[in-house]
Amino acid sequence: MSDGNQGGVNLKVVGQRPIRPDGVDKVTGRAQFGADFHLPGMLTGRIKRSPHAHARVVSIDTRAAEKLPGVKAIVTSADFDAGAAGEVEAGESHAAMKEVAANCLAHGKVLYQGHAVAAVAATQPEIAAEALDLIEVTYEVLPHVIDVEAAMAADAPVLHDDMYTKGVTPKPGKASNVAAKHVMGRGDVAAAFKAAGVIVEGSYETAAVHQGYIEPHACVASWGADGQSTIWCSSQGQFLVRAMVAKILNMPLSDIKVIPAEIGGGFGGKTTVYLEPVALALSRKCGRPVKIVMSREEVFLASGPTSGAVMDVRLAATKDGKITGAEMTLKYQAGAFQGSPVNLGLMTAFACYDVESLALTGYDVVSNRPKVAAYRAPGAPMAAFAVESAIDDLALKLGMDPIDLRLLNAVRDGAKTVYGATVRCCALVETLEAIKASPHYQTPVGKGQARGVAAGFWFNVGGESSAAVHVDEDGGVTVVSSNPDIGGSRASMAMMAAERLGLPIERVRCTVADTTSIGYSGSTGGSRVTFATGMAVVEAAQKIVADLKRRAAQTWECDIAMVEWKDGVATCIDPAKDVKPLSMKAIAGKSAKTGGPIAAEVSLNAQGAAAGFGVHVCDLEIDPETGRTTVVRYTAAQDVGRAIHPAYVEGQLQGGAAQGIGWALNEEYVYGKSGLLENASFLDYRMPVASDLPMIDTILIETKPNPRHPFGAKGVGEVPIVPPLAAVSNAVSRIVGRRMTSLPMSPAKVLAEMAK
Amino acid sequence: MSGVDYLAPASVADAVSALRASAGSARLMAGGTDLLVQMRGGRAKPEVVIDLKRIPGLMGIRGEGGGFVIGAATSGAALGEHEALKAAWPGVIEAANLIGSTQVQGRASLGGNLCNASPAADGVPALIAAGAVCIIEGPAGAREVQVEKVQAGPGKTTLAADEILLAFRLPPRPARSSDAYLRLIPRTEMDIAVVGVGVSLTLDAGGVCNAARVSVGAVAPTCLLVEAAGVALVGTTLDDAALAKMEAAVSAACRPISDKRGTAEYRTKVACVLARRAALIAKDRANA
Repeated sequence: MSDGNQGGVNLKVVGQRPIRPDGVDKVTGRAQFGADFHLPGMLTGRIKRSPHAHARVVSIDTRAAEKLPGVKAIVTSADFDAGAAGEVEAGESHAAMKEVAANCLAHGKVLYQGHAVAAVAATQPEIAAEALDLIEVTYEVLPHVIDVEAAMAADAPVLHDDMYTKGVTPKPGKASNVAAKHVMGRGDVAAAFKAAGVIVEGSYETAAVHQGYIEPHACVASWGADGQSTIWCSSQGQFLVRAMVAKILNMPLSDIKVIPAEIGGGFGGKTTVYLEPVALALSRKCGRPVKIVMSREEVFLASGPTSGAVMDVRLAATKDGKITGAEMTLKYQAGAFQGSPVNLGLMTAFACYDVESLALTGYDVVSNRPKVAAYRAPGAPMAAFAVESAIDDLALKLGMDPIDLRLLNAVRDGAKTVYGATVRCCALVETLEAIKASPHYQTPVGKGQARGVAAGFWFNVGGESSAAVHVDEDGGVTVVSSNPDIGGSRASMAMMAAERLGLPIERVRCTVADTTSIGYSGSTGGSRVTFATGMAVVEAAQKIVADLKRRAAQTWECDIAMVEWKDGVATCIDPAKDVKPLSMKAIAGKSAKTGGPIAAEVSLNAQGAAAGFGVHVCDLEIDPETGRTTVVRYTAAQDVGRAIHPAYVEGQLQGGAAQGIGWALNEEYVYGKSGLLENASFLDYRMPVASDLPMIDTILIETKPNPRHPFGAKGVGEVPIVPPLAAVSNAVSRIVGRRMTSLPMSPAKVLAEMAK
Repeated sequence: MSGVDYLAPASVADAVSALRASAGSARLMAGGTDLLVQMRGGRAKPEVVIDLKRIPGLMGIRGEGGGFVIGAATSGAALGEHEALKAAWPGVIEAANLIGSTQVQGRASLGGNLCNASPAADGVPALIAAGAVCIIEGPAGAREVQVEKVQAGPGKTTLAADEILLAFRLPPRPARSSDAYLRLIPRTEMDIAVVGVGVSLTLDAGGVCNAARVSVGAVAPTCLLVEAAGVALVGTTLDDAALAKMEAAVSAACRPISDKRGTAEYRTKVACVLARRAALIAKDRANA
């Protein structure tokens, strides 16, 4: 485990901005994404999906489809092994495999429009499409429920008759849609409210939003005659895909090789499986490789959005602005199966603030929507929207500057979080001060415009990772990473290895290995890769340096303590020896004589990840006659520890802000009365386009490098989606003249509020 | 296995006979930016696609009788690069250029936009306001009809099954005339109109409006010509009273639905706002 090994000074590569190693392939179209892979004899797979929000599957008749020439295999949930059970680590949560399997192919009931019921593999896409029409599914349509509070009602249609709310005693007498109740807190909240000088309260709601990755889910699966199988797919974790497919199809892990494709965005949404077990089951049935690619409509209908939420929050504070107590209730949509990130909402809601008394309650609620998947800081943005709106109300009520109010309440090192951790190497205060001193905040708000401020928190995690460093015969280096590169990690891995080895970045390349070519790793998620996999890379590089020194000592017949490694060259510091320094190239070229190939692999379970804090400020204007909002200026500041590749870190801040602005203004799942999704396309699911946003300015706070990472890195990818919902809404609320409590703040909604 | 035949006739006569021969199973294609998307999504399942772009006159812009004739399949990009057309009909061109992305502009056409018959078509209100006329060819020969008579409802036109839209005729432009098109979308591009409004007008030497046409989109099953709105402007300098009267006429004409893109109430309100703004832009352009 690395500890205190900080290379803060004299860094040559870390902190620079080299060209991204995957950039040319991506801009020229040479990069191979999930849908780009082909095999001889490959079949096209297609999924038959439910047209109903909620129905019992009475029968599935595949006879006519099977007779269609060109159809080679049809599968239903009967082709999955019923034994699929247990849990699998899935990014930021655990996934119950029985439910993952039932989400991939419905078992007994369909629980949302688009729920997969059967799949077909055929020689041509057109034949597969025709076969889908020939599969006859008889449904008994059931009453449906879409919204979270309706799903919690006593008379709501129940999705799972074996779901009894966890976390309540005694165990409820009847099944409901509330999968679990979570309670968290400390102190004496009632006393805090009794003694409060000021109380603010509000009720908030947010819509379900999709991650919106550009690349739809895609995979090719090929079953071998001896059962050994290969899957090519884009995901956030090849090992995760392997584990889930093995459980669902009841196979040993070593019989499945998962080869990661280039990934066109995931944002958490690719930390589960939808297609892979289906494609492999089809391939198993017909012995030919099967490719399945989702359409955009399928992505919206059947892959995870994140929860819409209904939230109540109440703050108690002294008259000078110190928050002394808070109560909060979160109700999160889980989709068709349990597992919303409501517990993460509770843990993060007040993580930016040192509040003595807290009473937090969360409900994980199923309804007839697609099962939610992780989305960038899962659970945190909605809770932060409610809390940061309430804090804005408090600032208004007290006539305080919103930054000063947050400074007064900000967590500092040594504070205890509600979930039990102790805050350490936290730069929230510095981040708030940086925003306060920024050119943006120092500029008066423009005429007709308003400004909103909000803060946000994310844990960031470590965990299991593996990496290898191979020294090539010509003295160059290949870094083998175990994590799909979703946010520029190949660059940061190569940079950290180059730094430790003393090589120029151009001499270090990084590849992402398949499940058979590197040790196990957790998924790319939780903002963990630069921290955890980076730690494995640096430790492997350190092993290489030690080995190079040993080889130089052997060559020079001197004590290893007399060998110094600097700038990629071994120098003998023994004055008794008259030898020339040995370069990496020289040692590598003669490695056979000093013990053979030079390589090292490290597997570890990285501890000591440091949380991140962000503060965003947003200026915007609203067309008073149409309610249309235009963001005119936006600045994101973040406590990043140390930025390995600052341009990528800035890109993470900008990307998170852009997604959060979309969440605030226009993105939502729109359902009709029949429980069907009405906007399953990028045309009507309105993510921001480039021209919707101003340049998003960034400020990287590097005053508190993480002492538990070799170069001080903290995770950076998730924090920046947490503050924008409230930063935007606090500004909109100023112009509207009343608190905006419902997202998205689409033009019609804003105009209606302005007219009140 | 179902396939699709692709035909690209080189004459109107060949296209008409191919259309007749298909007995209703064919779809005409201009740029294909709507049709191909519908086919891919399974909403359109033609057996034959008849590509019109090789027919002489379907692509391109020519002056005629003091006005312009625009081939029905002429791309938005080509329209946007035609300086004389842009100077005479800036509203028509800005509407055409709002359809899709830069890439889509290389294919998307006004003819396709009209015949796709979406109530939210951007090109159509501008053409209606402009008083554009469609040149249509069928087995019985050519006929001409006002643009506002072509849409019959969402996805439906008044063209007979064997008729083809060849071109639009834009009338000669008197001095001190101009037009404008505005739409409301929640984003800045790559979106579909929640409301669209086209206004075309002519001023006399004293700045008094002596002709005006107002058309609104996405507030009814078809794009509408709101004659009373135009009438409200004629004889005025577009003062507040005249604009209020125009807005009232627009409001009265709107009969929108509430859907995922906006509520009926919102659409009606915004139609009035955009009509006023478009009228004032057209006035400024006419005075320029």
